[in-house]
Amino acid sequence: MTDAAKPAGKPFDPAHFLRNQLRNIAPLITLIALFVFFSVASPSFMTLDNLANILAQVSLTSIIAVGLTFVILTGEIDLSVAAVANAIGIVMAFLTLQPDYANIQNLPMPGPVAVIVALIACGLLGLVTAFGVTRIGIPSFIMTLAMMQIAAGISAMLVRGQIAYKFPVIIQVLGSGKYFGLRWLIVVAVLVLLIAHLVLTYTRFGRYVYMTGGNRDAAEYSGVNVKFIIGAVLVISAMLSGFAGMLGVAYFGSAQQNQFDTFLLDAIAAVVVGGTSLFGGRGGIGNTIIGLLVLGVLNNGLDHVNIDSFLKILIRGLILLIALIINVYAQKMRDSSAATE
Amino acid sequence: MIPPETAHAGSASPLLELKNVSKSFGGVSALRDVDFDVARGEIHGLVGENGAGKSTLMKIIAGMHHDFQGQMLIEGREVRFRNPHDSLALGIGMVHQELSVAPDLTVAENVFLGTQPTMWRGVIDWAGMAKAARKQIASLGLDIDPRTRMGSLPVGIQQLVELSRVLFSGARIIILDEPTSALSPPEVDRLFRILRHLRKERRSLIFISHFLEDVLAISDRVTVFRNGRNVATVDAAATSKDQLISQMIGRGAKELSAGESAELTGSGSKPVVLAAQKLSQGSLLKDVTFDARAGEILGIYGFMGCGQIELARCLFGKLPPDSGTVMLQGNLLPLTSTVAARQAGIAYVPENRRMMLFPTEPMYKNISISILQGIHRLWLKPQAERDIAQRHISDLQIRPANVEMRVGQLSGGNQQKVALAKWLTDKPKVLILSEPTRGIDVGAKEDVIRIIRALRDQGVAVVVLSTEPETILTLADRVVVMKRGRVVKAFEEGHVEKADLLAAA
Repeated sequence: MTDAAKPAGKPFDPAHFLRNQLRNIAPLITLIALFVFFSVASPSFMTLDNLANILAQVSLTSIIAVGLTFVILTGEIDLSVAAVANAIGIVMAFLTLQPDYANIQNLPMPGPVAVIVALIACGLLGLVTAFGVTRIGIPSFIMTLAMMQIAAGISAMLVRGQIAYKFPVIIQVLGSGKYFGLRWLIVVAVLVLLIAHLVLTYTRFGRYVYMTGGNRDAAEYSGVNVKFIIGAVLVISAMLSGFAGMLGVAYFGSAQQNQFDTFLLDAIAAVVVGGTSLFGGRGGIGNTIIGLLVLGVLNNGLDHVNIDSFLKILIRGLILLIALIINVYAQKMRDSSAATE
Repeated sequence: MIPPETAHAGSASPLLELKNVSKSFGGVSALRDVDFDVARGEIHGLVGENGAGKSTLMKIIAGMHHDFQGQMLIEGREVRFRNPHDSLALGIGMVHQELSVAPDLTVAENVFLGTQPTMWRGVIDWAGMAKAARKQIASLGLDIDPRTRMGSLPVGIQQLVELSRVLFSGARIIILDEPTSALSPPEVDRLFRILRHLRKERRSLIFISHFLEDVLAISDRVTVFRNGRNVATVDAAATSKDQLISQMIGRGAKELSAGESAELTGSGSKPVVLAAQKLSQGSLLKDVTFDARAGEILGIYGFMGCGQIELARCLFGKLPPDSGTVMLQGNLLPLTSTVAARQAGIAYVPENRRMMLFPTEPMYKNISISILQGIHRLWLKPQAERDIAQRHISDLQIRPANVEMRVGQLSGGNQQKVALAKWLTDKPKVLILSEPTRGIDVGAKEDVIRIIRALRDQGVAVVVLSTEPETILTLADRVVVMKRGRVVKAFEEGHVEKADLLAAA
């Protein structure tokens, strides 16, 4: 999370602290409130099994959301994450020997080669996006919308309405295997979150990401290679999405079109609900973790209480709206408090 | 006050008259007891230095400031505008220096901006609009298709379209703010023909400009402002450029205060670090050639809109020029990105500090951002950053001396020092500063001047760009004057005064 240092020598002012930390505090309070609510409302919610279940459910989203966190921190957006995840999962399956009944004209390769080629493929997709945004100058919103279609097209071309069931062993283990009852997927997600946090907080690249999002002009006038930073976060986002796609098909046990569609909104919602600024420069992996847990608890908890399943969709929308309001409001308060003092 | 003696003196009372108008902003007075009048069918020139009160007066007339002391009369009747709308309703229109046109709309839409003719239920009458717009612009002697996209026209034409919008709204008194600053000589001639035509139609024009030749060429009378006062209203035919300059500055040559004159010490012996050759950029820069030398401060002076800002952006790789080259110590400088400029050893502090600061980040992060690769390879070392920042804070006397302080909480002068501190760790070869002392308090100003001089003495080639002659004369060892995108004069050595700069620009 952000390390907003208090100006020394000033007495501690709780109202001031609250105003500056609203974007960090509000999601945490939401999480605790939801947690308490569901624990009271449903006896089956607060069990070890179910909590592990929640973690498994958010693991895939979390890998995609990490890439998005980088992108949103620079003030850009990536709408192609879910489609890229889908496409790369399918590319990997396409390069794996499928059983006869899968009926896919494919190109079998040894498992590790398939994984590496798939990773190269998502790197290339990321580079195309980065080129469009930084060199040609297409707004990321539009460029990644185009990439979303391109990736969906790749998915469609490769499986042609069929379903693939076989994946390289290593991915099979990481995506759906367990180690003493702990899902490998959760371990991988935690590692990705941890590494991303270290990169964002403790490396030069991470500082540039924050500063580019904080004031792009200022970063450019300070000699930061802003285009490189934006290109890099778009490639990172595509790589992590592709990685999540590979693990995802193994987790689901099949690879087919449109199977990641819900992940785009979930990942964006997780980043924003967590309190990372949509304008860039504020937030981080800590925020994204809270956001993921809020969404995970909400999605899971609504299944445990007796509620109209159609109403659930509306409730999710309302929660997202409230998070957006807080996000924009927090930005304004911070801007005005920085300007007036 | 000098009685109105106009070419077309008609009715008893002037069309617009201001009596004893005073206006202050938070205790600082901008206008003091100003009398000002414009007769029917008169072109009235208004001149004065930056901050003399011209724009405050115009804003009062245009209804943008309503709480002032004194009286404003139109045709002898006192009026009090609450907002610009009231002023417009009584026939006062304004054409700003920064044109307020919509470049993506057509000429016709721009003429009718906000007042589109409709047929029924809000449907726009396009055919009628195009026809009326063509008539309107033809009355200014312009033959352009009203369906042309505004942005594709030259600035001079855009300005006339804006003028025709003001005329179309029925304005009798038209304020023109620096109308000639972006125009070429033939365009100025065309504008003047149109203005004389409007004068014949008995409309009144207030012509605000720094270009005194233009003011003298077009005006019937000229009013000179200094320090918020109307110091003279004279017949244009009975005065001269030199006389106007001395009235604007307000002192004889013998009693100049600090910053109003300088002994230049530019000498050819110092090595040239940066040499710009024939830089051109659109209509903003034309064949700009100059050089900056090690251990010397080069001042580049010019009025607002003379191309200074664009020149600085060009040198820092933010605005690639159409043609021309820049040599840095004999090597061709790529003008493609700020990264390349920085790596080559060029540093830049823009006129607007906020453009290079991160207000919500602590001071040390603001200072270290431009030197991070020198401190760290991969992992950040915040303590090293804080140490470096601490050193600059004590060197530059930044207050409060706390590296964790968010930059947005500092005063303007301290923010300027932080902006400078970014470039002080790895000394640049060339330091480009736009308006380095604008908007900061006196104490901080002295500090900033001291810092800039110290850098010069350490061998940095400093380029200071300013629209304030005092800033240039205080700092510069050599002066180059820019006018309408060109370098028009260079002062190498010897005595130079503010009046010389004003006369050259």
